[in-house]
Amino acid sequence: MKNLSGTITKEIDIKSTSGDITFANRMDHFMARLGVNRNGHLIAPGLYALGKPAKDSPVFASANYTLSFDALRSALSGIDAYILVLDTRGINVWCAAGKGTFGTDEIVRRIETVKLHDVVSHRILIVPQLGATGVSAQEVRARSGFKLEFGPVRASDLPEYLKTHQATEEMRRVRFTLLDRIVLIPVEMNYILIPMLIVSVILSLVGSYTAAAAAITVILSGVVLFPILLPWIPTTDFSTKGFIIGGLMALSFAMNAFYGMMSEALWLRSGWALTYMLTMPPVTAFLALNFTGSTTFTSVIGVKREIFTYVPKMAWMFGIGIILVIVLSLLKISGGM
Amino acid sequence: MFNSYDSNTLKYDPRLCINCGMCSKVCPHGVFNTSGKVAQLVNPKACMECGACQLNCPTKAIKVDSGVGCASAMIWAAVRGQKEATCGCGSSCDSKPEILQIGKKES
Repeated sequence: MKNLSGTITKEIDIKSTSGDITFANRMDHFMARLGVNRNGHLIAPGLYALGKPAKDSPVFASANYTLSFDALRSALSGIDAYILVLDTRGINVWCAAGKGTFGTDEIVRRIETVKLHDVVSHRILIVPQLGATGVSAQEVRARSGFKLEFGPVRASDLPEYLKTHQATEEMRRVRFTLLDRIVLIPVEMNYILIPMLIVSVILSLVGSYTAAAAAITVILSGVVLFPILLPWIPTTDFSTKGFIIGGLMALSFAMNAFYGMMSEALWLRSGWALTYMLTMPPVTAFLALNFTGSTTFTSVIGVKREIFTYVPKMAWMFGIGIILVIVLSLLKISGGM
Repeated sequence: MFNSYDSNTLKYDPRLCINCGMCSKVCPHGVFNTSGKVAQLVNPKACMECGACQLNCPTKAIKVDSGVGCASAMIWAAVRGQKEATCGCGSSCDSKPEILQIGKKES
């Protein structure tokens, strides 16, 4: 890049980008959604030129997570603009803002590093609304001279937003649609798949295939069924929602145990049925509670209350259930049944 | 049925409000309405304690104990004996920044 006063001003490093999403980009997004190489979906922080921006072109801030950056540049396709990519260590805007990496300090530092004052003639930086959790507009202005404009929550609303620079109520609201919840399932599965397989293999070797099936059922109920059904399960607490889903699943196993071994004594059939009712629901409830971090609306104090209220109950239920399994198994062995 | 999300730590003092409109701009859940003379708390129960309004209120009229409403982050923090829970997605990248820092070349 040639600069008129080139001898004095250091060359400004501006990378170029486009609004096109290539096949390689799509593959990268797919892998990110699967949770493969979770922290590896990043691009270099710095200033990017989209199209052929001039001194008066708008500047947008983004995270250096490929899904964030690509959503922004594709939404801005056909618009000449600069994109200021912050170093959020490959984390999306909202999570990074919560951690403080998409924050006041990083914005001020990045503005200086890329010499934004020399690149554009205006002093306006458009920041995604969800970045506000980590960014103080007043402080950025005081320290860098740049006035922040909080754009819409979703990059896809930007073309509409840019017409008036006013976001509608709808653009300012975060959502958590069925599709939003479904795309999270592979990442949740990614964490639990191996433990689930190990547990079910052990259970089918030392216990029964039914026990292995019960383990797979509770885990899938917690990480697949629960996110899908979330808004439709009665009660507000995630744990109680999980208890409901897990309880319904356990019921079918309990019925199967109760009516499946009619030759056994009533107390033995009831005992085995009870083991399912005690061990299965708390597992689903715990997995459901762990989904709070993936949602867009749970408060800190609420989640804290849930942990204190339900986690001890889950542990007790599960513990008593396991003891009952052991006692019944010992009786079975000793009785030669 | 017990509702853990019935109340939260959001506190707002309308006497300090200068009606700049910032709170309603940054809130993702429409907790504030700024169409009147001062901002109104119209939907306090929807607050998720993200802290964006507190950070961007120029007169400090809003107070909230902000943080990440994530059970696994809190449980992990408790297990490890940490006081502050950091975002769950950090558990895997807590160790990674150093690696990135070393490999990073900045002008």
